[in-house]
Amino acid sequence: MSPSKRYHALTIDEQTCIGCTHCMKVCPTEAIRVVGGLAEIREDRCVDCGHCMRACPVKAIYVEQDDLKKIQTFKYRVVLFPAVMIGQFPEKYTEDQIYAALLKIGFTHVFEVEQPIGILKNSIKEYCRKSTTHRPHISTFCPAIVRLIQIRYPSLTENLIRRKAPHDLGAHFAISELKKQGAKEEEIGLFYVTPCNAKISSVKSPVGEKESIVDGIINMNALYNKVMKAIDTKEAPDTSSQRQNLTRDGILWSLTRGEARHFGERSMAIDGIHNVIRFLERLENEEVPNLDFLELRACDQSCAGGIMMTGNRFLTVERLERRARRYAPAWKLQNTQAVKESKELKQKLIADQIIPKPAFCLDPDRERALEKMNRAQRIICFLPGIDCGACGAPNCQALAEDMVSGTAKMSDCVFLQQMWENEGKISTSKAFRNVEKKWGEQRFQADCNKRGKRNEGF
Amino acid sequence: MKLEFNIEGGNFSWAGHASSEVKKMLKQLGIDARCIKSIVIALYEGEVNVVAHAYEGRILVQMEPHKITTEIIDKGPGIPDIELAMQEGYSTASKEVREMGFGAGMGLANMKKNTDELTIESTVGQGTTVKMVNYF
Ligand SMILES: Nc1ncnc2c1ncn2[C@@H]1O[C@H](COP(=O)(O)OP(=O)(O)OP(=O)(O)O)[C@@H](O)[C@H]1O
Ligand code: SF4
Ligand code: SF4
Ligand SMILES: [Mg+2]
Repeated sequence: MSPSKRYHALTIDEQTCIGCTHCMKVCPTEAIRVVGGLAEIREDRCVDCGHCMRACPVKAIYVEQDDLKKIQTFKYRVVLFPAVMIGQFPEKYTEDQIYAALLKIGFTHVFEVEQPIGILKNSIKEYCRKSTTHRPHISTFCPAIVRLIQIRYPSLTENLIRRKAPHDLGAHFAISELKKQGAKEEEIGLFYVTPCNAKISSVKSPVGEKESIVDGIINMNALYNKVMKAIDTKEAPDTSSQRQNLTRDGILWSLTRGEARHFGERSMAIDGIHNVIRFLERLENEEVPNLDFLELRACDQSCAGGIMMTGNRFLTVERLERRARRYAPAWKLQNTQAVKESKELKQKLIADQIIPKPAFCLDPDRERALEKMNRAQRIICFLPGIDCGACGAPNCQALAEDMVSGTAKMSDCVFLQQMWENEGKISTSKAFRNVEKKWGEQRFQADCNKRGKRNEGF
Repeated sequence: MKLEFNIEGGNFSWAGHASSEVKKMLKQLGIDARCIKSIVIALYEGEVNVVAHAYEGRILVQMEPHKITTEIIDKGPGIPDIELAMQEGYSTASKEVREMGFGAGMGLANMKKNTDELTIESTVGQGTTVKMVNYF
């Protein structure tokens, strides 16, 4: 896949979608419209935050995943997962038992991605020390945030730290460890277990890197179910040697403040994409004090709140915090074999510069853009300002912008139509046909089995 | 394209509203990110000055294909010595304003730095009009 083409992991199942507009209303970048009674995602605006998936009452938005059978084609079958995965399992299952279940499913090697985290940590530290022009440094850990900055805050792309994510670290580390054991690179199959759709997109079409080294992606909720089937509470073999390079810092990395605690004198951690947006608005206006480091995560409670996590996010955080206490901090592992031999690995963590991809421009030609903006402004005067979504756009302003971009019509507004009917400008049957066009034929007939009749929003 | 915003003196929670709106529109026009940043910084400083030093104000924005003109018109005490006020570090900000993190005396200088044309007219006891032009 060419790196310039953005990969989006989300698909809307047309058979299941009821066009209820829930997803459209929560999307932070106004990427969703309802057309013909079905939700549609505009790819150039989607940042893969997963909010739409969370909001869908009928689970019509799903994430494609690679077939688990694909692992069988490799001799060395590595499951590579972020430490946050352990946090969602009930307390009664030990780490050893979870590892044993993963082997039972068919993997030959188990690696948590945040190891040895000291290498990535030092690399980021070094970057922050040497590159002083664009402050604060912004973490590139959460791919949804990186994309958000690319499309909506292009002036901040230069603040993004040019270092890769823990999954790259873990993948390279796993390969080098297996090679030491005599494996050939083509015999190794790396399967990354993802807590969210954002990581899928970043693994499949990485931003700031040429290509991905992972052979397949497994959704964490799917794997969770498999593990729960295979897991056994009886004594499992001791696997602690496989976690020799895992540290307290690594386990906490994907949680809120997991990065911020390490970098800069003045650092901040913000989770939840709407919180992040509010902050970036201010940062872009230079309305914030001099900060050194910003950790920004799309999900509430960071990856513990990932869309593909199964457990309750707060319980997950709690288990991980307790787990972390049992592990040594990263600095204690400074002199291990793995860290000492990390020169090559370190090189691999350097990422290309991230380029802006502004997605909110009305027209590439400025005069025309201004003309469109003027028109949208005039249209807005006629719209009711109720932001009801019955037009298939998230709010009146968005509808006006769609109109001037040619993707929506005046008659899409149900209130305008009502007015026209009242003024005798349009026949009732014509008005009704317009609404049917937007929401599907027979959508408004009484039918107790109609899709979406019972909308379990909240 | 014309826009108008009102500013309430003393209400810091709304300062930045106009600059954010203007920013959104400049992004829709596809203006260069650096240029947007300058405009927004200058406008924000202007907004805060009305909030911090005057009683009430209005912002008039006019966007044209190659330039943006912003006028910030306030009713307030006015500036007796504009040249002095323009100097970095000069401030008459009250203790309360300083405690909110403003009042370093950098606002007007920052506006000058971030605009292509800046004119200030002020009548003591009546108010101040700041006009800024940025070309893109
Ligand atoms: N709109 C205004 N009305 C009255 N006085 C003003 C106005 N704008 C600026 N001044 C005067 O000019 C001085 C300098 O303004 P400037 O914006 O440079 O600094 P400041 O507002 O005091 O502090 P800072 O902008 O760094 O927070 C102010 O302290 C105030 O005395
Ligand atoms: S993933 Fe996020 S940005 Fe993309 S369509 Fe869904 S809510 Fe919008
Ligand atoms: S916070 Fe974590 S789980 Fe959520 S989108 Fe970002 S990387 Fe994915
Ligand atoms: Mg000021």
